[in-house]
Amino acid sequence: MTSIETQVLQPYKYGFVTDIESDDVPAGLSEDVIRLISAKKGEPEFMLEWRLKAYRQWVKMAEPAWANVKHPPIDYQSIVYYAAPKQQKSLDSLEQVDPKLLETFEKLGIPLAEQKRLSGVAVDAVFDSVSVATTFKETLAQHGIVFCPFSEAVREHPELVRRYLGSVVPANDNFFAALNSAVFTDGSFAYIPKGVRCPLELSTYFRINAAASGQFERTLIVAEEGSYVSYLEGCSAPMRDANQLHAAVVELVALDDAQIKYSTVQNWYPGDEQGRGGIYNFVTKRGKCAGKNSKISWTQVETGSAITWKYPGCILQGDNSIGEFYSVAVTNNRQQADTGTKMIHIGKNTKSTIVSKGISAGHGQNTYRGLVKILKGATGARNYSQCDSMLIGDQCGAHTFPYIDVRNSTAIMEHEASTSKIGEDQIFYCRQRGLSAEDATSMIVNGFCKEVFRELPMEFAVEAQRLLGISLEGSVG
Amino acid sequence: MLEISNLHASVEGKEILRGIDLVVRAGEVHAIMGPNGSGKSTLAQVLAGHPAYTVTAGSVTYQGRDLLEMDPEERAREGVFLAFQYPVAIRGITNAYFLRAALNAARKHRGQPELDPLEFLDLLADKLKAVESDDSLMNRPVNDGFSGGEKKRNEIVQMAVLEPRLAILDETDSGLDIDALRTVASAVDRLRRPDNATVIVTHYQRILNYITPDHVHVLSEGKIVLSGGKELALELESKGYDWVRTEATV
Repeated sequence: MTSIETQVLQPYKYGFVTDIESDDVPAGLSEDVIRLISAKKGEPEFMLEWRLKAYRQWVKMAEPAWANVKHPPIDYQSIVYYAAPKQQKSLDSLEQVDPKLLETFEKLGIPLAEQKRLSGVAVDAVFDSVSVATTFKETLAQHGIVFCPFSEAVREHPELVRRYLGSVVPANDNFFAALNSAVFTDGSFAYIPKGVRCPLELSTYFRINAAASGQFERTLIVAEEGSYVSYLEGCSAPMRDANQLHAAVVELVALDDAQIKYSTVQNWYPGDEQGRGGIYNFVTKRGKCAGKNSKISWTQVETGSAITWKYPGCILQGDNSIGEFYSVAVTNNRQQADTGTKMIHIGKNTKSTIVSKGISAGHGQNTYRGLVKILKGATGARNYSQCDSMLIGDQCGAHTFPYIDVRNSTAIMEHEASTSKIGEDQIFYCRQRGLSAEDATSMIVNGFCKEVFRELPMEFAVEAQRLLGISLEGSVG
Repeated sequence: MLEISNLHASVEGKEILRGIDLVVRAGEVHAIMGPNGSGKSTLAQVLAGHPAYTVTAGSVTYQGRDLLEMDPEERAREGVFLAFQYPVAIRGITNAYFLRAALNAARKHRGQPELDPLEFLDLLADKLKAVESDDSLMNRPVNDGFSGGEKKRNEIVQMAVLEPRLAILDETDSGLDIDALRTVASAVDRLRRPDNATVIVTHYQRILNYITPDHVHVLSEGKIVLSGGKELALELESKGYDWVRTEATV
């Protein structure tokens, strides 16, 4: 251990496969496949129509090529668009869930059984294309909060889904959003009624299991006037040699004085050291601060995936609304990330804060791409952006593409950026004080990410620090 | 405590140390002086185990053990402390947190229980008092945005907390104004004990006005060319390093 060099990465901990019989739709995409998915989910007519319309737009669209990532062309006809573990049609209680599924989530640290549940956190567990269990539903219902699988929301609350689905991310927003709109299978739906402060953290855990399948989940969160909700998503997938596609869409709507805090700990399989396998994580996430004084805050810790392509953003429509984006993105080995945010200021006195921390190790390539747009009517808008990159070793790269578009002269914009390198001298300084090289690296990286970690809910901040340690393990010798 | 014999070391293939011999006993203060490029800082870095330097010949025995066999962190936990000439910044980590982690690493190594944050703060308060420092640096990130004087003062606070057996001060006096120099130097002087030893690496004599050395050595081109008592430092100051070069070649 004499110099900083890339060594063997610790094996991906969540790479196991659950042996379970799966109900798949044949590979490939067509209107028939979409009809089949819609029928399997027992959807109302409007939903099928919405999907078909999205599909017809998607076939005319081209995959975007502007991202700073490289990958072989994706064959959309070889992907399985629906894969569900075979089990009884309707589940009245957890006892009816296949024990193999419960075991899978337990292994992932997400116990679903009543007596072991995480206190203070309601979980919706999504396995391939379907939600297998949602905890604490009754407790939440007492407050009038709806938290359920998306497919259930389509059946049980069609009026809400109809009203808000696609209202933030239209079906034709971009290539991957259109694909998702056509084939999305499950995801979570949350509705917080007027004036209610959600007493639990809501969370969804996504697990891809089936080979050759993609995961196309859809999440919609609506916070009514004066309500508050904190939501967290986590994810993982088995280790496979082939790349798998994950194209999700998340829409958030915050009405007057409402607040949504959305946190992500993304740990999809990143591929091996040579870059074989791993998840393509092409995601569209957007929140709309529709009401005055509303606030949407995105916090993401991205350690997994072979390629990450996502820009959680905020449309600041309501006057005095606030948008925040806190991000840590790690790329090690051959991972590539092109991630950032979009802050669109429409209302008066709207404020946005962007704090992005990119960490590159091995041959990883890390790109920050952000847009801050101040529209004509956004008098008194303010933005603060801070983009910091950290390099570990000399084979990796960090790139920053900040776009700023200001059309109102009263706007105040601040942008800070830095690039640093974990140097031998920094590690040596810590070792001279008695810390091991590993502890030194983790301390330096955690210090670098501190402004983001402190935005995470307590339990997940610990998880995020641990994950970061694992994904960088062996990157410093 | 420390026995260096015929030590040769190089960096990037270039030989810097060319046969150093030095014995340091418990309770002693040694000053190593010399012109720029004579190898003073290299000696300090080699003793601490910086990976950029390669030892090509010779041996170093520390408390009866082969020091060169030990990882830098093990040397530190065994009581070797280097006050850096250029202390490194660590963003987002407070000094207090860093220092507790360092102290606990050493305590664990010695089989002592680790200190929790409250116990540590008590200890820290005592140590700060001992070196006449306040706690204003403790809640700031390690060396981040520190002035030159603050960085040096911080090194001495770390030294006070970690209680090394062998402290090596690498140009701790450089870049300090007279007041800061007095504060730092008298703090070091107060940390002297019969069971520890201090090696002061310096270009100038002035720090030795506050810490009286038992031995003064002059390093030139990677070798100790002159050794003597504290009066040697004064002689150097008045005659300059050229005098040594002439003396040594005679």
